[in-house]
Amino acid sequence: MLDGIWVGLSTAFSFSNLLMVIGGCLIGTFIGMLPGLGPMSIIAIMIPVAISIGDPSAALILLAGVYYGAIFGGSTSSILINAPGVASTVATSFDGYPLARQGKAGKALTVAAIASFAGGSIGAILLMIFAPALASVALLFHSAEYFALMVVGLSAIAAFAGSGQVGKALLMTLVGLMMATVGEGALFNQPRFTMGILDLQSGFGFITLAMAMFALPEALFLVLDPSRSNSGGSSGDIKDLRITKAEAKKIAPVIGRQSIQGFLIGVLPGAGATIASFLGYAVERNIAPKEEQAEFGKGSVKGLAAPESANNAACTGSFVPLLTLGIPGSGTTAILLGALIALNVSPGPRLMIDQPEIFWSVIISMYVGNVILLILNLPLIPYIAKVLAVPRNYLIPFILFFTLMGAYIGQNNATELLMLVGFGVCATLLRFANYPLAPLLIGFILGSMLEDNFSRSMQLYDGISFIMERPMTMGLLALAAILVVLPTIRARRVRKQELEAAESD
Amino acid sequence: MALDRWIALVILAVSLSYGYTAFFLMDAGLPPFMRFNPIWPSTFPKVIAVLAAITSLAILLGFEKKPADSDADEIDFSRLWDYNIGQAVFLLVLMAGYALLLRPAGFLLSTLLFLVISAALLGERRFVILVPVAAIAAGGVWYLVQQTLGIYLSPLPTFFN
Repeated sequence: MLDGIWVGLSTAFSFSNLLMVIGGCLIGTFIGMLPGLGPMSIIAIMIPVAISIGDPSAALILLAGVYYGAIFGGSTSSILINAPGVASTVATSFDGYPLARQGKAGKALTVAAIASFAGGSIGAILLMIFAPALASVALLFHSAEYFALMVVGLSAIAAFAGSGQVGKALLMTLVGLMMATVGEGALFNQPRFTMGILDLQSGFGFITLAMAMFALPEALFLVLDPSRSNSGGSSGDIKDLRITKAEAKKIAPVIGRQSIQGFLIGVLPGAGATIASFLGYAVERNIAPKEEQAEFGKGSVKGLAAPESANNAACTGSFVPLLTLGIPGSGTTAILLGALIALNVSPGPRLMIDQPEIFWSVIISMYVGNVILLILNLPLIPYIAKVLAVPRNYLIPFILFFTLMGAYIGQNNATELLMLVGFGVCATLLRFANYPLAPLLIGFILGSMLEDNFSRSMQLYDGISFIMERPMTMGLLALAAILVVLPTIRARRVRKQELEAAESD
Repeated sequence: MALDRWIALVILAVSLSYGYTAFFLMDAGLPPFMRFNPIWPSTFPKVIAVLAAITSLAILLGFEKKPADSDADEIDFSRLWDYNIGQAVFLLVLMAGYALLLRPAGFLLSTLLFLVISAALLGERRFVILVPVAAIAAGGVWYLVQQTLGIYLSPLPTFFN
């Protein structure tokens, strides 16, 4: 193993490869900021460039830089303008955007950068040590377990169900699940609920919905209430860039836990960064002390650090099945697999034996990509945060324009834009009535995966018996129930205590 | 009736019609061989429809106690007319117009118009700065997306092509 690491290090630290990493990180960060262009599309776009380099290690190093850059860039748009362009950064906006609104955009970006860095690095170390062993564990997960895992992911909605909000959060999740069933599912080859509209055949677009639920209502609120733009001090303020010692102490255990948890979830093919980030958020909220729990969703550093480290660690984790089994667990790794094959490298069990230098240079380059990203981005953060200091008359048209572009680039379909506006109006009304919008998006993202895995296990077991027959499924479902019920019980106990205190006065 | 209950009513209606489709209309088109499946395309929708109908009914009937403190940060819907509602509506119309114009008028022109008109609507009057900024943004994004990334965006009005 040490030989391998040495080979990897010497490859990664050559001058030209360092340039590759720096270039990749910069390209990834800047393009990733455009909502609508996630890591997957950016890597796909960069593949021709990477292949033309010829040397597989250099090409992979470039792609790793682009990958990490794109993930960080995506978090930037969720934090600054509440426009998550990728499913895995939706959870980032829950607490990242409130922080930015409080004038702590610089701090939020720093926390995100550090959490991503730690998640990615810890993930890379775990990958190095456990990759072969974990590959076999990943295969133990069947569709029944995936179904249960999605249910656990859905329990993240409990985080939005404050007092008097349980029903609303639940209803929004159900609406999200309903919207996920529109279109042609993978399993049935039958259009459902399309109402004969051809544009609905492929279902609602994720980006359209994400923009309509988060970015558009926020922009409309900024229009409706001009005082909102400059509330929370001068926006884009950079004096709060540094993290205080107390905050560092607060987020360190969160980052540690979520890096490991995220990595383990990322190892499972198909679960990936999105579930990891939602679960990370839900778990951290549930185990946080009472007074910190109230902060979640209103700008908690913990709530920002958890999904950020989890999703980066999961991205690293998704390399385990790719490199050891040749199974791409996510869209991004599928594209990377294509790139590897085009470079005459075939991932699989033989990779570590036949071409150890490739295996190790991938891992080392991931690590180097992370470090370079941190070094490049920390000094850039004040300038990125300045986006919010753009005058309102310019900021709002540009936010609207970017939401439109995000929905348009992916689909190249102008009807998508009309849907965006329609959903945006609905979402704004829902916000007026205090309905939480995040559960809707969580339901929508997890809905199709949930249904597919549920159907598959129903078909395999010819009925619902798989829940009883597979202990792991049962255990995960029980965990989901605990995650949902726990906050409610806690809240009830607190209310009871308050009542008793009031009575004894 | 408060807005949240009106919305619950709308969602109730939606979930009822969704449920009606799932329970009575969808299975008719199912090919015979798929009827042996333990799960049908309508199974999952049926479950969701029932749950959604129950939940929305619970909200509609007000079973749940209202939270005592509403978020001061949010906008008060009952005073909606005190806000810049006209501007917001106009911007939405402008976005819809952009969606309809994007193909026929081309990306560059419609983006330029969208950015200039919406900024002007928000009160920007320094057109000397605004128009070049919008032009550079439209051109820059087009160059990035089409020339660098290779995603096609028809730049010019259709009659030029």
